Amino acid sequence: MNAIVWQALQIVLVVALAPLVTGYVRWVKARLQGRYGAAPWQPYRDLYRLLQKEAVVAHSASWIFRAAPYVTFASVWLAACIVPTFTTNMVLAPAADLIALVALLAVGRFWTALAGMDVGTSFGGLGASREMLIASLAEPAMLMITFSLSLVSGTTAPAQIVAFVLSGNVGIEVSLGLALAAMVMVAIAENGRIPIDNPATHLELTMVHEAMVLEYSGRHLAMIEAASMVRLTLYIALIATLFAPWGIAQPGAGAAGAMLGLVVFLAKAFILGTVLAFFETSIAKMRVFRYADFLGGALLLGLLATIFLYVSEAV
Amino acid sequence: MSQQFSYEIAHLIGATQLMAGFGLLYQRRVFAVLNTFAFQALALAAAAAWQAHVQHAPHLYVTAAIALLFKALAVPFALHWLVEKLGIHRTVETALSIGWTMIVGVALVALSIMLVLPVTAAASALTRESLALAMSVVLLGMLMMITRRNAVTQVVGFMALENGLILAAVSAKGMPLVVEISIAFSVLVAMTVFGIFFFRIRERFDSLDVAYLESYRGDRS
Repeated sequence: MNAIVWQALQIVLVVALAPLVTGYVRWVKARLQGRYGAAPWQPYRDLYRLLQKEAVVAHSASWIFRAAPYVTFASVWLAACIVPTFTTNMVLAPAADLIALVALLAVGRFWTALAGMDVGTSFGGLGASREMLIASLAEPAMLMITFSLSLVSGTTAPAQIVAFVLSGNVGIEVSLGLALAAMVMVAIAENGRIPIDNPATHLELTMVHEAMVLEYSGRHLAMIEAASMVRLTLYIALIATLFAPWGIAQPGAGAAGAMLGLVVFLAKAFILGTVLAFFETSIAKMRVFRYADFLGGALLLGLLATIFLYVSEAV
Repeated sequence: MSQQFSYEIAHLIGATQLMAGFGLLYQRRVFAVLNTFAFQALALAAAAAWQAHVQHAPHLYVTAAIALLFKALAVPFALHWLVEKLGIHRTVETALSIGWTMIVGVALVALSIMLVLPVTAAASALTRESLALAMSVVLLGMLMMITRRNAVTQVVGFMALENGLILAAVSAKGMPLVVEISIAFSVLVAMTVFGIFFFRIRERFDSLDVAYLESYRGDRS
Protein backbone atom coordinates (compact mmCIF):
# COMPACT_ATOMS: atom_id res chain seq x y z
CA MET A 1 0.00 0.00 0.00
CA ASN A 2 2.76 2.39 1.02
CA ALA A 3 4.64 1.55 -2.14
CA ILE A 4 1.75 2.93 -4.22
CA VAL A 5 1.65 6.15 -2.22
CA TRP A 6 5.38 6.71 -2.49
CA GLN A 7 5.30 5.93 -6.21
CA ALA A 8 2.53 8.48 -6.72
CA LEU A 9 4.46 11.04 -4.70
CA GLN A 10 7.57 10.34 -6.78
CA ILE A 11 5.62 10.80 -10.03
CA VAL A 12 4.31 14.16 -8.88
CA LEU A 13 7.57 15.20 -7.24
CA VAL A 14 9.81 14.87 -10.29
CA VAL A 15 7.56 17.08 -12.38
CA ALA A 16 6.83 19.56 -9.62
CA LEU A 17 10.47 19.93 -8.69
CA ALA A 18 12.02 19.97 -12.18
CA PRO A 19 11.33 23.66 -13.05
CA LEU A 20 12.66 24.72 -9.66
CA VAL A 21 15.91 22.79 -10.20
CA THR A 22 16.38 24.34 -13.65
CA GLY A 23 15.46 27.79 -12.37
CA TYR A 24 17.85 27.43 -9.45
CA VAL A 25 20.75 26.49 -11.75
CA ARG A 26 19.96 29.47 -13.99
CA TRP A 27 19.76 31.77 -10.99
CA VAL A 28 23.13 30.66 -9.59
CA LYS A 29 24.69 31.01 -13.04
CA ALA A 30 23.31 34.52 -13.39
CA ARG A 31 24.70 35.46 -9.99
CA LEU A 32 28.10 34.02 -10.86
CA GLN A 33 28.12 36.01 -14.08
CA GLY A 34 27.36 39.19 -12.17
CA ARG A 35 23.76 39.46 -13.32
CA TYR A 36 20.77 39.83 -11.04
CA GLY A 37 19.02 36.83 -12.59
CA ALA A 38 15.37 35.80 -12.65
CA ALA A 39 13.96 34.21 -9.50
CA PRO A 40 14.45 30.43 -9.26
CA TRP A 41 10.69 29.88 -9.72
CA GLN A 42 10.66 31.76 -13.03
CA PRO A 43 10.41 28.49 -15.09
CA TYR A 44 6.98 27.82 -13.51
CA ARG A 45 5.78 31.17 -14.82
CA ASP A 46 7.36 30.47 -18.21
CA LEU A 47 5.62 27.12 -18.51
CA TYR A 48 2.31 28.63 -17.41
CA ARG A 49 2.64 31.42 -19.95
CA LEU A 50 3.50 28.98 -22.75
CA LEU A 51 0.51 26.82 -21.89
CA GLN A 52 -1.78 29.86 -22.26
CA LYS A 53 -0.44 30.68 -25.70
CA GLU A 54 -1.67 29.43 -29.02
CA ALA A 55 0.43 26.71 -30.66
CA VAL A 56 1.53 27.68 -34.15
CA VAL A 57 2.32 24.75 -36.44
CA ALA A 58 4.10 25.01 -39.79
CA HIS A 59 2.18 24.07 -42.95
CA SER A 60 4.67 21.39 -43.82
CA ALA A 61 4.41 19.72 -40.40
CA SER A 62 2.97 16.21 -40.16
CA TRP A 63 1.40 14.44 -37.17
CA ILE A 64 4.91 13.56 -35.98
CA PHE A 65 5.57 17.20 -35.25
CA ARG A 66 2.42 17.44 -33.14
CA ALA A 67 2.92 14.12 -31.35
CA ALA A 68 6.63 14.53 -30.58
CA PRO A 69 6.36 16.90 -27.59
CA TYR A 70 3.93 14.60 -25.81
CA VAL A 71 5.88 11.42 -26.58
CA THR A 72 9.13 13.05 -25.49
CA PHE A 73 7.65 14.35 -22.26
CA ALA A 74 5.92 11.06 -21.47
CA SER A 75 9.05 8.96 -22.02
CA VAL A 76 11.25 11.26 -19.95
CA TRP A 77 8.62 11.45 -17.21
CA LEU A 78 8.32 7.68 -17.10
CA ALA A 79 12.11 7.39 -16.95
CA ALA A 80 12.17 9.86 -14.07
CA CYS A 81 9.53 7.83 -12.22
CA ILE A 82 11.70 4.74 -12.00
CA VAL A 83 14.78 6.44 -10.55
CA PRO A 84 14.50 6.26 -6.78
CA THR A 85 14.85 9.73 -5.29
CA PHE A 86 13.77 9.56 -1.66
CA THR A 87 12.73 5.91 -1.18
CA THR A 88 13.34 2.62 -2.93
CA ASN A 89 10.00 1.31 -1.71
CA MET A 90 8.02 1.96 -4.89
CA VAL A 91 5.66 -0.08 -7.05
CA LEU A 92 7.74 0.39 -10.19
CA ALA A 93 11.05 -0.31 -8.46
CA PRO A 94 11.20 -4.00 -9.48
CA ALA A 95 10.57 -3.04 -13.11
CA ALA A 96 13.11 -0.25 -13.04
CA ASP A 97 16.45 -1.04 -14.53
CA LEU A 98 19.26 1.10 -15.86
CA ILE A 99 19.14 -0.39 -19.35
CA ALA A 100 15.41 0.33 -19.58
CA LEU A 101 16.17 3.83 -18.40
CA VAL A 102 18.69 4.36 -21.21
CA ALA A 103 16.11 3.04 -23.69
CA LEU A 104 13.35 5.34 -22.42
CA LEU A 105 15.61 8.36 -22.72
CA ALA A 106 16.59 7.24 -26.22
CA VAL A 107 12.91 7.14 -27.22
CA GLY A 108 12.47 10.74 -26.12
CA ARG A 109 15.59 11.82 -27.95
CA PHE A 110 14.59 9.95 -31.11
CA TRP A 111 11.21 11.70 -31.23
CA THR A 112 12.73 15.12 -30.67
CA ALA A 113 15.15 14.50 -33.52
CA LEU A 114 12.32 13.30 -35.77
CA ALA A 115 10.36 16.44 -35.00
CA GLY A 116 13.41 18.54 -35.74
CA MET A 117 13.60 17.05 -39.23
CA ASP A 118 9.86 16.92 -39.82
CA VAL A 119 9.26 20.56 -40.69
CA GLY A 120 12.15 20.57 -43.12
CA THR A 121 13.99 23.66 -41.90
CA SER A 122 17.75 23.53 -42.16
CA PHE A 123 18.34 24.31 -38.50
CA GLY A 124 16.06 21.50 -37.39
CA GLY A 125 17.97 19.01 -39.53
CA LEU A 126 21.30 20.32 -38.31
CA GLY A 127 20.22 20.09 -34.69
CA ALA A 128 18.86 16.58 -35.20
CA SER A 129 22.05 15.41 -36.84
CA ARG A 130 24.18 16.81 -34.01
CA GLU A 131 21.87 15.38 -31.37
CA MET A 132 22.20 11.94 -32.92
CA LEU A 133 25.99 12.35 -33.05
CA ILE A 134 26.05 13.11 -29.33
CA ALA A 135 23.62 10.29 -28.58
CA SER A 136 25.60 7.73 -30.54
CA LEU A 137 28.65 8.61 -28.43
CA ALA A 138 26.91 9.04 -25.08
CA GLU A 139 24.84 5.87 -25.10
CA PRO A 140 27.75 3.39 -25.26
CA ALA A 141 29.39 5.32 -22.42
CA MET A 142 26.19 5.13 -20.38
CA LEU A 143 25.90 1.39 -21.00
CA MET A 144 29.55 0.91 -20.00
CA ILE A 145 28.83 2.70 -16.71
CA THR A 146 25.81 0.46 -16.23
CA PHE A 147 27.97 -2.61 -16.77
CA SER A 148 30.61 -1.58 -14.27
CA LEU A 149 27.95 -0.69 -11.69
CA SER A 150 26.25 -4.01 -12.20
CA LEU A 151 29.57 -5.85 -11.92
CA VAL A 152 30.08 -4.22 -8.53
CA SER A 153 26.60 -4.77 -7.20
CA GLY A 154 25.38 -7.73 -9.23
CA THR A 155 22.25 -6.01 -10.51
CA THR A 156 21.13 -3.32 -12.94
CA ALA A 157 18.13 -2.22 -10.87
CA PRO A 158 18.74 1.16 -9.18
CA ALA A 159 16.77 0.12 -6.09
CA GLN A 160 18.97 -2.92 -5.52
CA ILE A 161 22.16 -0.97 -6.23
CA VAL A 162 21.10 1.46 -3.50
CA ALA A 163 20.45 -1.44 -1.14
CA PHE A 164 23.85 -2.92 -1.97
CA VAL A 165 25.77 0.33 -1.41
CA LEU A 166 23.90 1.07 1.81
CA SER A 167 24.61 -2.43 3.14
CA GLY A 168 28.24 -1.35 3.61
CA ASN A 169 29.78 -4.19 1.62
CA VAL A 170 31.45 -1.76 -0.71
CA GLY A 171 34.52 0.20 0.37
CA ILE A 172 36.26 3.05 -1.39
CA GLU A 173 36.06 1.56 -4.84
CA VAL A 174 38.13 3.18 -7.60
CA SER A 175 35.79 1.80 -10.23
CA LEU A 176 32.89 3.68 -8.71
CA GLY A 177 34.86 6.91 -8.82
CA LEU A 178 35.66 6.39 -12.49
CA ALA A 179 32.05 5.49 -13.21
CA LEU A 180 30.95 8.67 -11.44
CA ALA A 181 33.27 10.80 -13.57
CA ALA A 182 32.00 9.12 -16.73
CA MET A 183 28.41 9.51 -15.57
CA VAL A 184 28.86 13.24 -15.00
CA MET A 185 30.28 13.61 -18.51
CA VAL A 186 27.37 11.69 -20.02
CA ALA A 187 24.88 13.71 -17.99
CA ILE A 188 26.40 16.97 -19.24
CA ALA A 189 26.15 15.78 -22.84
CA GLU A 190 22.63 14.39 -22.51
CA ASN A 191 21.29 17.54 -20.93
CA GLY A 192 22.92 19.81 -23.46
CA ARG A 193 24.89 21.75 -20.87
CA ILE A 194 28.18 23.58 -21.41
CA PRO A 195 30.73 22.45 -22.71
CA ILE A 196 28.71 20.28 -25.14
CA ASP A 197 25.76 22.55 -25.78
CA ASN A 198 24.63 25.84 -24.35
CA PRO A 199 21.09 25.77 -22.95
CA ALA A 200 20.80 29.55 -23.09
CA THR A 201 22.08 30.12 -26.60
CA HIS A 202 20.13 31.65 -29.43
CA LEU A 203 22.97 31.70 -31.91
CA GLU A 204 21.95 29.18 -34.54
CA LEU A 205 25.40 27.86 -35.37
CA THR A 206 26.10 26.68 -31.82
CA MET A 207 22.70 25.27 -30.99
CA VAL A 208 21.98 21.57 -30.72
CA HIS A 209 18.89 21.00 -28.64
CA GLU A 210 17.51 24.48 -29.19
CA ALA A 211 17.91 24.13 -32.96
CA MET A 212 15.65 21.07 -33.05
CA VAL A 213 12.83 22.73 -31.16
CA LEU A 214 13.08 26.07 -32.93
CA GLU A 215 9.71 25.62 -34.68
CA TYR A 216 7.72 24.86 -31.54
CA SER A 217 5.50 27.31 -29.75
CA GLY A 218 2.74 27.40 -27.18
CA ARG A 219 1.82 24.21 -25.37
CA HIS A 220 4.11 22.13 -27.58
CA LEU A 221 7.08 24.22 -26.51
CA ALA A 222 5.94 23.98 -22.90
CA MET A 223 6.02 20.17 -23.17
CA ILE A 224 9.48 20.19 -24.73
CA GLU A 225 10.82 22.60 -22.13
CA ALA A 226 9.28 20.60 -19.30
CA ALA A 227 10.79 17.43 -20.73
CA SER A 228 14.27 18.89 -20.71
CA MET A 229 13.76 20.18 -17.15
CA VAL A 230 12.61 16.74 -16.01
CA ARG A 231 15.60 15.21 -17.76
CA LEU A 232 17.99 17.44 -15.82
CA THR A 233 16.29 16.51 -12.54
CA LEU A 234 16.40 12.85 -13.57
CA TYR A 235 20.15 12.90 -14.10
CA ILE A 236 20.73 14.76 -10.85
CA ALA A 237 18.58 12.17 -9.09
CA LEU A 238 20.37 9.32 -10.85
CA ILE A 239 23.83 10.54 -9.84
CA ALA A 240 22.69 11.21 -6.29
CA THR A 241 20.98 7.82 -6.05
CA LEU A 242 23.67 5.65 -7.53
CA PHE A 243 26.77 7.30 -6.12
CA ALA A 244 25.57 8.94 -2.90
CA PRO A 245 22.54 6.92 -1.80
CA TRP A 246 22.85 7.83 1.88
CA GLY A 247 19.57 9.00 3.30
CA ILE A 248 17.31 7.18 0.85
CA ALA A 249 14.60 5.27 2.69
CA GLN A 250 14.65 1.50 2.28
CA PRO A 251 11.53 -0.68 2.25
CA GLY A 252 10.26 -0.86 5.83
CA ALA A 253 11.60 2.54 6.85
CA GLY A 254 8.09 3.96 7.26
CA ALA A 255 6.76 7.42 6.63
CA ALA A 256 9.33 9.19 8.79
CA GLY A 257 12.16 7.56 6.86
CA ALA A 258 10.62 8.58 3.56
CA MET A 259 10.22 12.17 4.73
CA LEU A 260 13.84 12.23 5.84
CA GLY A 261 14.78 10.81 2.44
CA LEU A 262 12.83 13.61 0.80
CA VAL A 263 14.69 16.30 2.75
CA VAL A 264 18.03 14.63 2.01
CA PHE A 265 17.15 14.41 -1.68
CA LEU A 266 16.30 18.11 -1.79
CA ALA A 267 19.66 18.87 -0.19
CA LYS A 268 21.47 16.68 -2.73
CA ALA A 269 19.66 18.32 -5.66
CA PHE A 270 20.56 21.72 -4.20
CA ILE A 271 24.26 20.78 -3.92
CA LEU A 272 24.50 19.16 -7.36
CA GLY A 273 22.67 22.10 -8.96
CA THR A 274 25.15 24.53 -7.40
CA VAL A 275 28.09 22.42 -8.58
CA LEU A 276 26.63 22.32 -12.10
CA ALA A 277 26.25 26.09 -12.17
CA PHE A 278 29.83 26.62 -10.99
CA PHE A 279 31.13 24.12 -13.55
CA GLU A 280 29.20 25.71 -16.40
CA THR A 281 30.37 29.18 -15.49
CA SER A 282 34.01 28.19 -15.30
CA ILE A 283 34.29 26.43 -18.66
CA ALA A 284 33.96 27.44 -22.31
CA LYS A 285 31.84 25.67 -24.88
CA MET A 286 33.58 23.02 -26.92
CA ARG A 287 33.84 22.86 -30.69
CA VAL A 288 31.52 20.32 -32.31
CA PHE A 289 34.49 18.33 -33.59
CA ARG A 290 35.72 17.77 -30.05
CA TYR A 291 32.51 16.06 -28.86
CA ALA A 292 33.96 12.73 -29.90
CA ASP A 293 37.01 13.29 -27.69
CA PHE A 294 34.90 14.33 -24.70
CA LEU A 295 32.41 11.49 -24.91
CA GLY A 296 35.08 9.03 -26.01
CA GLY A 297 36.78 10.01 -22.76
CA ALA A 298 33.59 9.10 -20.88
CA LEU A 299 33.46 5.75 -22.66
CA LEU A 300 37.09 5.04 -21.81
CA LEU A 301 36.54 5.97 -18.17
CA GLY A 302 33.69 3.46 -18.10
CA LEU A 303 35.96 0.88 -19.69
CA LEU A 304 38.73 1.60 -17.17
CA ALA A 305 36.21 1.24 -14.35
CA THR A 306 35.48 -2.28 -15.62
CA ILE A 307 39.19 -3.09 -16.00
CA PHE A 308 39.91 -1.95 -12.44
CA LEU A 309 37.16 -4.19 -11.13
CA TYR A 310 39.01 -7.18 -12.51
CA VAL A 311 42.26 -5.92 -10.97
CA SER A 312 40.66 -5.62 -7.54
CA GLU A 313 39.26 -9.10 -7.89
CA ALA A 314 42.54 -10.59 -9.09
CA VAL A 315 44.53 -9.10 -6.20
CA MET B 1 43.49 0.98 10.81
CA SER B 2 42.60 -2.04 8.75
CA GLN B 3 44.68 -3.48 5.94
CA GLN B 4 41.70 -3.15 3.62
CA PHE B 5 41.36 0.57 4.22
CA SER B 6 45.04 1.37 3.63
CA TYR B 7 44.89 -0.70 0.47
CA GLU B 8 41.84 1.19 -0.76
CA ILE B 9 43.38 4.60 -0.17
CA ALA B 10 46.59 3.59 -1.96
CA HIS B 11 44.50 2.23 -4.82
CA LEU B 12 42.57 5.50 -4.97
CA ILE B 13 45.66 7.72 -5.04
CA GLY B 14 47.33 5.52 -7.65
CA ALA B 15 44.23 5.63 -9.82
CA THR B 16 44.13 9.43 -9.46
CA GLN B 17 47.66 9.53 -10.79
CA LEU B 18 46.71 7.26 -13.67
CA MET B 19 43.73 9.49 -14.46
CA ALA B 20 46.06 12.47 -14.53
CA GLY B 21 48.12 10.48 -17.04
CA PHE B 22 45.04 10.18 -19.22
CA GLY B 23 44.38 13.87 -18.63
CA LEU B 24 47.82 14.61 -20.08
CA LEU B 25 46.94 12.64 -23.19
CA TYR B 26 43.58 14.40 -23.49
CA GLN B 27 44.79 17.99 -23.07
CA ARG B 28 45.88 19.84 -26.15
CA ARG B 29 47.02 23.18 -24.83
CA VAL B 30 50.46 23.61 -23.34
CA PHE B 31 49.34 25.32 -20.14
CA ALA B 32 46.59 22.77 -19.51
CA VAL B 33 49.17 20.01 -19.97
CA LEU B 34 51.46 21.67 -17.45
CA ASN B 35 48.66 22.06 -14.89
CA THR B 36 47.66 18.43 -15.31
CA PHE B 37 51.27 17.42 -14.84
CA ALA B 38 51.49 19.43 -11.62
CA PHE B 39 48.34 17.67 -10.42
CA GLN B 40 49.88 14.30 -11.21
CA ALA B 41 52.99 15.18 -9.24
CA LEU B 42 50.75 16.25 -6.36
CA ALA B 43 49.06 12.85 -6.46
CA LEU B 44 52.53 11.27 -6.44
CA ALA B 45 53.46 13.23 -3.32
CA ALA B 46 50.22 12.05 -1.68
CA ALA B 47 50.97 8.45 -2.68
CA ALA B 48 54.48 8.65 -1.22
CA ALA B 49 53.22 10.21 2.01
CA TRP B 50 50.54 7.53 2.33
CA GLN B 51 53.07 4.74 1.78
CA ALA B 52 55.32 6.35 4.39
CA HIS B 53 52.41 6.25 6.81
CA VAL B 54 51.41 2.67 5.98
CA GLN B 55 54.91 1.19 5.86
CA HIS B 56 56.12 3.22 8.86
CA ALA B 57 59.04 4.41 6.74
CA PRO B 58 59.83 8.04 7.62
CA HIS B 59 62.26 8.49 4.76
CA LEU B 60 59.37 8.23 2.32
CA TYR B 61 58.11 11.53 3.75
CA VAL B 62 61.28 13.01 2.29
CA THR B 63 60.32 11.49 -1.05
CA ALA B 64 56.88 13.06 -0.73
CA ALA B 65 58.40 16.44 0.07
CA ILE B 66 60.78 16.18 -2.90
CA ALA B 67 57.91 15.26 -5.21
CA LEU B 68 55.88 18.15 -3.89
CA LEU B 69 58.60 20.79 -4.09
CA PHE B 70 60.40 19.79 -7.27
CA LYS B 71 57.84 18.09 -9.43
CA ALA B 72 54.61 19.73 -8.39
CA LEU B 73 56.03 23.25 -8.02
CA ALA B 74 59.49 23.86 -9.46
CA VAL B 75 59.25 21.96 -12.76
CA PRO B 76 55.76 23.21 -13.76
CA PHE B 77 56.74 26.78 -12.88
CA ALA B 78 59.95 26.52 -14.86
CA LEU B 79 58.11 25.09 -17.86
CA HIS B 80 55.45 27.80 -17.55
CA TRP B 81 58.16 30.42 -17.62
CA LEU B 82 59.85 28.74 -20.59
CA VAL B 83 56.63 28.48 -22.58
CA GLU B 84 55.87 32.13 -21.98
CA LYS B 85 59.41 33.09 -22.85
CA LEU B 86 59.26 31.10 -26.07
CA GLY B 87 55.77 32.36 -26.89
CA ILE B 88 54.26 28.97 -27.78
CA HIS B 89 51.10 28.99 -25.64
CA ARG B 90 48.91 27.90 -28.52
CA THR B 91 47.27 24.62 -29.47
CA VAL B 92 49.53 21.61 -29.26
CA GLU B 93 49.74 19.59 -32.40
CA THR B 94 49.37 15.88 -31.94
CA ALA B 95 50.73 13.34 -34.35
CA LEU B 96 47.89 10.95 -33.53
CA SER B 97 44.30 12.08 -32.88
CA ILE B 98 43.20 12.38 -29.25
CA GLY B 99 40.61 9.62 -29.57
CA TRP B 100 43.12 7.12 -30.90
CA THR B 101 45.68 8.12 -28.30
CA MET B 102 43.14 7.46 -25.52
CA ILE B 103 42.24 4.07 -26.99
CA VAL B 104 45.91 3.10 -27.20
CA GLY B 105 46.28 4.37 -23.62
CA VAL B 106 43.52 2.09 -22.34
CA ALA B 107 45.09 -0.81 -24.22
CA LEU B 108 48.42 -0.04 -22.51
CA VAL B 109 46.73 -0.02 -19.09
CA ALA B 110 45.17 -3.39 -19.81
CA LEU B 111 48.55 -4.67 -21.02
CA SER B 112 50.41 -3.55 -17.91
CA ILE B 113 47.76 -5.06 -15.63
CA MET B 114 47.91 -8.36 -17.49
CA LEU B 115 51.69 -8.28 -17.31
CA VAL B 116 52.23 -7.24 -13.70
CA LEU B 117 49.59 -9.29 -11.90
CA PRO B 118 50.79 -12.78 -12.93
CA VAL B 119 54.49 -11.88 -12.56
CA THR B 120 54.22 -10.56 -9.00
CA ALA B 121 51.99 -13.30 -7.60
CA ALA B 122 54.11 -13.60 -4.45
CA ALA B 123 54.11 -9.91 -3.46
CA SER B 124 51.54 -8.29 -1.17
CA ALA B 125 48.31 -6.92 -2.61
CA LEU B 126 49.35 -3.34 -1.92
CA THR B 127 52.59 -3.69 -3.88
CA ARG B 128 51.07 -5.53 -6.82
CA GLU B 129 48.32 -3.01 -7.22
CA SER B 130 50.71 -0.06 -7.10
CA LEU B 131 53.09 -1.76 -9.50
CA ALA B 132 50.32 -2.30 -12.04
CA LEU B 133 49.28 1.36 -11.73
CA ALA B 134 52.87 2.59 -11.88
CA MET B 135 53.60 0.55 -14.97
CA SER B 136 50.51 2.05 -16.62
CA VAL B 137 51.65 5.57 -15.75
CA VAL B 138 55.09 4.84 -17.21
CA LEU B 139 53.62 3.48 -20.44
CA LEU B 140 51.25 6.46 -20.73
CA GLY B 141 54.24 8.78 -20.33
CA MET B 142 56.00 6.96 -23.15
CA LEU B 143 52.86 7.16 -25.27
CA MET B 144 52.75 10.89 -24.66
CA MET B 145 56.38 11.20 -25.76
CA ILE B 146 55.73 9.48 -29.07
CA THR B 147 52.37 11.05 -29.92
CA ARG B 148 53.32 14.68 -29.33
CA ARG B 149 55.29 16.72 -31.77
CA ASN B 150 56.01 19.69 -29.56
CA ALA B 151 59.25 19.48 -27.60
CA VAL B 152 57.72 20.89 -24.39
CA THR B 153 54.94 18.32 -24.23
CA GLN B 154 57.42 15.58 -24.99
CA VAL B 155 59.41 16.69 -21.99
CA VAL B 156 56.23 16.63 -19.89
CA GLY B 157 55.73 13.06 -21.12
CA PHE B 158 59.21 12.22 -19.89
CA MET B 159 58.51 13.76 -16.50
CA ALA B 160 55.22 11.86 -16.26
CA LEU B 161 57.10 8.66 -17.01
CA GLU B 162 59.43 9.51 -14.14
CA ASN B 163 56.38 10.05 -11.87
CA GLY B 164 55.37 6.49 -12.64
CA LEU B 165 58.85 5.22 -11.77
CA ILE B 166 58.78 6.96 -8.40
CA LEU B 167 55.32 5.51 -7.73
CA ALA B 168 56.72 2.04 -8.37
CA ALA B 169 59.72 2.82 -6.18
CA VAL B 170 57.74 4.02 -3.16
CA SER B 171 55.45 1.02 -3.21
CA ALA B 172 58.37 -1.43 -3.19
CA LYS B 173 59.72 -1.73 0.32
CA GLY B 174 63.26 -0.68 1.09
CA MET B 175 64.26 1.81 -1.54
CA PRO B 176 67.30 3.74 -0.24
CA LEU B 177 66.95 7.46 0.22
CA VAL B 178 70.16 8.20 -1.62
CA VAL B 179 68.73 6.70 -4.82
CA GLU B 180 65.61 8.73 -4.30
CA ILE B 181 67.46 12.02 -3.94
CA SER B 182 69.77 11.36 -6.85
CA ILE B 183 66.77 10.66 -9.10
CA ALA B 184 65.13 13.88 -7.98
CA PHE B 185 68.23 15.91 -8.72
CA SER B 186 68.83 14.23 -12.05
CA VAL B 187 65.32 15.28 -13.03
CA LEU B 188 66.19 18.86 -12.18
CA VAL B 189 69.39 18.62 -14.21
CA ALA B 190 67.42 17.12 -17.10
CA MET B 191 64.99 20.01 -16.78
CA THR B 192 67.84 22.51 -17.13
CA VAL B 193 69.29 20.68 -20.11
CA PHE B 194 65.88 20.55 -21.78
CA GLY B 195 65.42 24.24 -21.15
CA ILE B 196 68.64 25.11 -22.92
CA PHE B 197 67.80 22.62 -25.63
CA PHE B 198 64.43 24.32 -26.26
CA PHE B 199 66.12 27.63 -26.88
CA ARG B 200 68.59 25.99 -29.23
CA ILE B 201 65.89 24.23 -31.25
CA ARG B 202 63.93 27.40 -31.45
CA GLU B 203 66.86 29.49 -32.51
CA ARG B 204 67.54 27.02 -35.29
CA PHE B 205 64.05 26.33 -36.64
CA ASP B 206 61.81 29.13 -35.28
CA SER B 207 59.57 26.40 -33.87
CA LEU B 208 59.51 23.70 -31.21
CA ASP B 209 57.96 21.15 -33.53
CA VAL B 210 60.39 18.25 -33.52
CA ALA B 211 59.27 17.22 -37.01
CA TYR B 212 61.76 19.78 -38.28
CA LEU B 213 64.56 17.80 -36.67
CA GLU B 214 63.80 14.78 -38.83
CA SER B 215 64.70 16.37 -42.13
CA TYR B 216 67.64 18.29 -40.69
CA ARG B 217 70.96 16.86 -41.88
CA GLY B 218 73.33 19.20 -40.15
CA ASP B 219 73.94 21.54 -43.07
CA ARG B 220 74.28 25.22 -42.27
CA SER B 221 71.63 27.48 -43.65
